[in-house]
Amino acid sequence: MYKLWASVYKEFLLLTRDLGGLTILFVMPLVLIITITLIQDSSFKSISNTKIPVLIVDNDKGMISESIFEGLKDQKLFDVIIKDKEEEARDLVFKGTYQLAIIIPENLSKDLETKINQNVEGVLEEFGLEEEEEKPSDVIIATKEVRLYFDPAIQQSFKMSIKSGIDKMISKIETKSIYKAFQEQLSDEETEFSFDSEKFISFKEITPKLDDKEILPNSAQHNVPAWTLFAIFFIIVPLSINMVKEKSQGTFVRLRTNPVSYATVLGGKTVVFLIVCLIQFVLMMLIGVYLFPAIGLPTLAVSGKIFLAFVVALFSGLAAVGLGLLLGTLANSQEQAAPFGATFVVVLAALGGVWVPVFMMPNFMQIVSKLSPMNWGLNAFYDVFLRNGGLLEILPELTLLLLFFLITTGISIIYNNRKNAV
Amino acid sequence: MIQIQKLSKKYKGADYFSVSNLNLAIENGEIFGILGPNGAGKTTLISMLCSLIKPTSGSFTINGLNYANNKRELKQLIGIVPQEYALYPSLTAYENLHYFGSMYGLKGKELKNSILDYLEKLGLAEFSNKKIEVFSGGMKRRINLISSILHQPKILFLDEPTVGVDVQSKNVIIEHLQQLNNQGTTIVYTSHHLNEAEKFCTRVAIIDYGKIILKGSPKKLVANTKNAHNLEDVFIAFTGKELRDHV
Repeated sequence: MYKLWASVYKEFLLLTRDLGGLTILFVMPLVLIITITLIQDSSFKSISNTKIPVLIVDNDKGMISESIFEGLKDQKLFDVIIKDKEEEARDLVFKGTYQLAIIIPENLSKDLETKINQNVEGVLEEFGLEEEEEKPSDVIIATKEVRLYFDPAIQQSFKMSIKSGIDKMISKIETKSIYKAFQEQLSDEETEFSFDSEKFISFKEITPKLDDKEILPNSAQHNVPAWTLFAIFFIIVPLSINMVKEKSQGTFVRLRTNPVSYATVLGGKTVVFLIVCLIQFVLMMLIGVYLFPAIGLPTLAVSGKIFLAFVVALFSGLAAVGLGLLLGTLANSQEQAAPFGATFVVVLAALGGVWVPVFMMPNFMQIVSKLSPMNWGLNAFYDVFLRNGGLLEILPELTLLLLFFLITTGISIIYNNRKNAV
Repeated sequence: MIQIQKLSKKYKGADYFSVSNLNLAIENGEIFGILGPNGAGKTTLISMLCSLIKPTSGSFTINGLNYANNKRELKQLIGIVPQEYALYPSLTAYENLHYFGSMYGLKGKELKNSILDYLEKLGLAEFSNKKIEVFSGGMKRRINLISSILHQPKILFLDEPTVGVDVQSKNVIIEHLQQLNNQGTTIVYTSHHLNEAEKFCTRVAIIDYGKIILKGSPKKLVANTKNAHNLEDVFIAFTGKELRDHV
């Protein structure tokens, strides 16, 4: 035990002697979390504050184009710019000057009306309600297409939401026209058309409650746990460098000749670097609770959750330290440890769902993501912060994180003992 | 007593044995010098005796103990001064010594007094709270030595302990090693400084291509070699003048 505490003290001294490194270790994750949350939060705000310019070529000049204009206006996301020619609009979008152009085809409103009238008459005829002589037309109407041009740099998710928005607007117009056509066909008197645009079926999001209060997820609740975990796992870089340095300085050779086990040497590193992880966690929480509201970001709600969150941070820290010990044991140079460690953390974060939610990943990647300790940690944090989970709910993830630490540390000790067996 | 029997070491991918079928006995209380050209196998031999590398074949015992069965006891019994400084540059001299002393189970006042005593004897007392990174080569060599003797080892292995240091530091180190030997510590050391070895060692072995080609007291070796006036003449006579560059 005495040798372990001597090792802890030595590691503490080594860490505190490198003030620059220590500052980077604590400050960079804070900079990261503030930057990411500011970007994510402001992107939501900017959508409502800054309008996206949309080019529209209106070849219809009828009811539908009017409805599309109104629909876009109502969404308050777009700034409509009218263009006369499709080619001009297409070139401007493909050059990236604008992100989107909507080309409304000629006679869209007129043809839609005719088509709907044909359909409605057909239906009424089947019920024997149609008067023979009033058949307006048997003209075959070709299908119409509303053409959309997107800047190739635009992300797929944005494209999908625009397409679905326009589709929704057109559906609404179609429905309205069908109602109108029925009313005209069935009513003898000329009454004013009335269409109740209010939805009969609506959606209501039910969120988890804590003490009868709804927990509304915000960018802080998502970002702080995710990036805290990222920072915790980044500990593998300084930890593995610390170990590789001992090899290159020759102090590791001396330790091998000393009557001290490798487990004790690793124990000293584990205690100190785990404390670093926990300090990082506390700083992140403080930033979320006190700094975020001061700079206009949503506050991180920690009431009643801080103990469980600390437990998750502790076990995540153990898993991260275990990985760092393994990397430091296997690596022979800083050139191996640093780039591999940094890249590996990014890979683990991607797999763990820090950037893209796991449910959006392809099936195979979803399976792979279950092997990432960051996924376990993130799920446990989300259980605590967003799903109002208790100790029982996070127990499986905590067990996996602990096992990960034990296995990686065990492999490090076995590998070292075999490599240096005499 | 160190008893080495048919000890061999061949590194992975190497074309030849660094140490080949080597037999040697070193008595307690000796100052034994292992001399030889670059790549002769001196460091490999000492590394095997210090449990840093595994022999390919053969065996050895130190005071009747071996690493397979008595690893802890053996490590407590010996001290190793490696060729590199093997110190933490950002820690002070005292902190380095305190840590390495702790690894031998030393603690409290015993450890503190031992550190201060050695720092005093080796002329480093006033620098105890200075970081190693500001030390000169000679100062680092002396701290390197103290790190290995705080626990009063019975046998001390030194791999070129005076390489790259000034005459003053070299003299302090050699004088101190002499004192340790007078107190009963067996010393096994490698060196390229043949004059130093001639004065310091009770016995030397000259090894070349992993084999002992000559051993005995420096005086006898000089006396028994034709036209030799000192150990360097003996060395040249038996190892030749050609360069030994190989991997």
